Amino acid sequence: MPGVREILATMDYGPSPEADGEVRAWLASHEGRFSHFIGGRFTAPRDGTSFEVINPATEERLASCAQGSKSDVDSAVAAARKAFKSWSALPGAARARYLYAIARLLHKRARFFAVLETMNNGKPIRESRDIDIPLAIRHFYHHAGWAELVAEEFPGTMPLGVCGQIIPWNFPLLMLAWKIAPALAAGNSVVLKPAEYTPLTALAFAALCREAGLPEGVVNIVTGDGTTGALIAEHPGIDKIAFTGSTEVGRLIRTATAGTGKKLSLELGGKSPFIVFDDADLDSVVEGIVDAIWFNQGQVCCAGSRLLVQEAVAERLYAKIRRRMKTLKVGDPLDKSTDVGAIVSRIQRERIASLVDAGKSEAMHCWQEPPGLPRQGLFYPPTLLTGVAPAARIAQEEIFGPVLVAMTFRTQDEAVALANNSRYGLAASVWSENINVCLDVAARLKAGVVWINATNMFDAASGFGGYRESGFGREGGREGLWEYRRSAALSRPASKGKSRTADFTTAPSPALPEPVHGLPRLDRTAKLHIGGKQTRPDSGHSYTIRNARGRAIGQAGLGNRKDIRNAVEAAHKASAWSALSGHARAQILYYLAENLEARSDEFASRVLELESGTRRSAQAQVAQAIGRLTYYAAFADKHDGQVHSTLSRHVTLAMNEPWGVMGICCPDEAPLLAFISLVAPAIAMGNRVVVTPSPAAPLLATDFYQVIDTSDVPAGVVNIVTGDREALARTLAGHDDVAALWYFGTAAGGADVERLSAGNLKATWIGHGSAIDWTSDAQARGREFLRRATQVKNIWIPYGE
Amino acid sequence: MPGERIVTIRPSSPKESEAEAGRNEGTPLHVDWLERGRANLSAIARRTSTLTTRRSVKKEWQAAWLVQAIGCIDLTTLSGDDTPERVRRLCAKARQPLRSDLVEALSLDAPPRVGAVCVYPTMVGAAVRALQGANIPVASVATGFPAGLTPMSARLEEVRYALAEGAQEIDMVITRAHVLDHDWKALYDEVAGFRRACGAAHLKCILATGDLKSLRNVYRASMVAMMAGADFIKTSTGKEDVNATLPVSLVMVRAIRDYLDLTGMKVGFKPAGGLRGAKDALAWQILMKEELGNDWLRPSLFRIGASALLGDINRQIEHFVTGRYSADFRHAMG
Repeated sequence: MPGVREILATMDYGPSPEADGEVRAWLASHEGRFSHFIGGRFTAPRDGTSFEVINPATEERLASCAQGSKSDVDSAVAAARKAFKSWSALPGAARARYLYAIARLLHKRARFFAVLETMNNGKPIRESRDIDIPLAIRHFYHHAGWAELVAEEFPGTMPLGVCGQIIPWNFPLLMLAWKIAPALAAGNSVVLKPAEYTPLTALAFAALCREAGLPEGVVNIVTGDGTTGALIAEHPGIDKIAFTGSTEVGRLIRTATAGTGKKLSLELGGKSPFIVFDDADLDSVVEGIVDAIWFNQGQVCCAGSRLLVQEAVAERLYAKIRRRMKTLKVGDPLDKSTDVGAIVSRIQRERIASLVDAGKSEAMHCWQEPPGLPRQGLFYPPTLLTGVAPAARIAQEEIFGPVLVAMTFRTQDEAVALANNSRYGLAASVWSENINVCLDVAARLKAGVVWINATNMFDAASGFGGYRESGFGREGGREGLWEYRRSAALSRPASKGKSRTADFTTAPSPALPEPVHGLPRLDRTAKLHIGGKQTRPDSGHSYTIRNARGRAIGQAGLGNRKDIRNAVEAAHKASAWSALSGHARAQILYYLAENLEARSDEFASRVLELESGTRRSAQAQVAQAIGRLTYYAAFADKHDGQVHSTLSRHVTLAMNEPWGVMGICCPDEAPLLAFISLVAPAIAMGNRVVVTPSPAAPLLATDFYQVIDTSDVPAGVVNIVTGDREALARTLAGHDDVAALWYFGTAAGGADVERLSAGNLKATWIGHGSAIDWTSDAQARGREFLRRATQVKNIWIPYGE
Repeated sequence: MPGERIVTIRPSSPKESEAEAGRNEGTPLHVDWLERGRANLSAIARRTSTLTTRRSVKKEWQAAWLVQAIGCIDLTTLSGDDTPERVRRLCAKARQPLRSDLVEALSLDAPPRVGAVCVYPTMVGAAVRALQGANIPVASVATGFPAGLTPMSARLEEVRYALAEGAQEIDMVITRAHVLDHDWKALYDEVAGFRRACGAAHLKCILATGDLKSLRNVYRASMVAMMAGADFIKTSTGKEDVNATLPVSLVMVRAIRDYLDLTGMKVGFKPAGGLRGAKDALAWQILMKEELGNDWLRPSLFRIGASALLGDINRQIEHFVTGRYSADFRHAMG
């Protein structure tokens, strides 16, 4: 060891290791063998299959953990189900005490958890100590508060039941907190599977649950690899799956849970843009980049991994980044001066290396600093690739490592276009000293989280989650709690409304036409309504619409996949609708209501013609439809976002943004009322929709396009494609440019929609065959519809001069 | 930016530090260079709040860093009740800032000595006499310290007086109004005037950042002072409401780096006021090393203006040597 005199010559930092004795003693006390935590007890380590857990910084074995089998998952779910009954019945204030105790205990054991996390994951102790563990603690404190408040703040909702939660290895304890805290606060019980690389803090947390006196079975931890995860995802006794991980596995889970009625939230991958304008504080940008891509070795789903820099300052910024890279310290994660620790596993490191090796040829320059990695352990150097074109594979794929790819832009519009040129939409970071630029870009980015002049900021009070293929659902904040509650009104099985099935035969129909007032009907041609125009179906086919007595009252176009394609394109062109003020949209909805009311007799007659019933009930349906229009007109400028209370001197704006282009597949029953009840909230929130009306009674929708045409609704905002809902729904579900899809049809159709939606991971809302009573205000209108019509974008704006 | 020269950014390598760039010659006033002053407070606060959590200096290394810090201290007394005797006592401490048994225990090549002794102009003579043969420069605050609001002629005369008394370094104060009014030409002329008056003596330019308020102002004032030929830029007089802080220091240090990139010339940095503990010294040393490199850990480019800091460093070094927590009365006062 050098003496003071020698050090004076070098002025190095020297080693500064965090002590790991306590953690090693704990591992030894378990003889390095762990099993599941089920029903409040650690199951005895059986001779069954187990897997090894290593310290990636040394590749030394830390422990072996049990591989969760079907019977393990079964008993965990059974324990959780048993616990759910009493746990959900506890007063919120009592649940709050448990969560508070967990937060407090975690606080008292913070260093233990930090060291264990670093040993198991390879992340620098500075991060586990100052970021992961404090944020996990904060999450439990925050949700202790929600437990206290949830009944009052979420009226008309109830817990879901047993939640299956599958978490990744990059923030093992923090992701556990993000999952368990809201689930418990909302009154659910949990079966959680930590990642196979990093189960140790979850197991220590299980012990801490015992210490907090948490009732048995409320939290169950089952360890294992992806097969255990699949057992959880597919388990029939589970009501909700919350998953954080890769988009690839997210798709598998979406597919596996399709049609099961399980609620699902997915927090998946990203290729988040880090946008630097020429008027940014470039030195602060450099530190932002360090926190964006070299935090946790870049193994962060929301890592700012795509640097977009305005051409005028690009070379200067690159030079500054390169200089900063030289002072990064890569090495022993337990050393307090380490900036970049170890990659979690050999497989991951090889994946990073192969992506970079392949990507070097697609980049102008590749810099890797600092020189020299530890000889032992799984390390990868911080890497900067500049001059990367958007077409390059490394610019599109998530590398999940300390690798930054950089490209330039010329204008603000180009920056937004490049930023949004991705299948992902998790997070973004915008750097400029001009608030006009920052807020304009933030509004136009397709990302669930936008940090202004900052990056990777988290707080339990703010929602986190993605757009597009980065998943759906939010974690944290008020919006996160919705993922663990459901509407009590919608959870009651509704009485099945009246409905008929359609006959899609395109040959001349044997049904005789119903005369009108003793005269032959004057034939009318109902068309599709696409891009503000009445268009004939691409198929050239029509099918016969019958009244309740089986007589033909007209024909409707038999829309096909090309009509859906055209409708989606038309809807995309109507993007100005989403940019209108809520007030402006309200005016259009009121106008629709006015014009529908002016023609209410005509619509009542049509209802009467299509459905058996009295004129009075038909009139009531029209009146209710008008009511739904004014209701959502009223809401158009009132489904406000929130300013979350996160950090001091920060504004965290939670904005409710429309999905953009949505598909809506209407149910068979209440053909006018259901159509309006679904379309009105969607367009009130700024979505443009492609609607398939009730297949048996589409003429109400095709009559309604005349109301649309006379009410100043811009072309493409409401597109109507009649025909076989099931086929059209499948096309919509499989369409990668449709961001969300509501489907209220058959159970089988709902399963198809969910399965096919896995393609672009669009958000879906499925009736699961249990019909809504469309005449019930409690069921068929309200905030639930508005929430389903929007996604929350959180914009973090630090301020101060 | 028009007229901007982009010089290749040079990380400080050992080779260059051997070359030890000469004095900052200054440049003509480039107002466009001030455009770079885009200091984002929140981002800067994030950086400075994690500087000392990202780096840790323990045991031998900490002792060495504290010895190094001693050599960078401008041991200061700037009180209305200063007397020649008081200054003599301070100088005695400057000659022997670390107890000789501790020097021995650390096996240092030579006992450390402070960077300079910093006093008012009328105390310069006493200090020079007290430091005879010690090879420790005397620095004098001048130019109407601390407010700087005396006539230019008087301020220049004050500089000449201090130099005549034997001061080798002048710590000048700027006219804050020039910064608040964005009158960069006036600020440039002011600093350049003092630089000329200094001749061979080194000029430290005190920006009084607590009065400038915004970090952008701090950046711009730093840049102008360097263009006007300041050898050091210094945060504070110690008399403002807020003195040296890490965010302000980070902005000044980044300005020094920009200036180096633009001109190839190295300018020193001196935080003053508010650094009381050994922990503070380490925090600023980490700042210098991280942002500018090891050259800026040496007294030629880094000074700490402090009076109380040395006492705590003494105690921490004794703790390292003995393993026992020390007491202030065990170390000679200054």
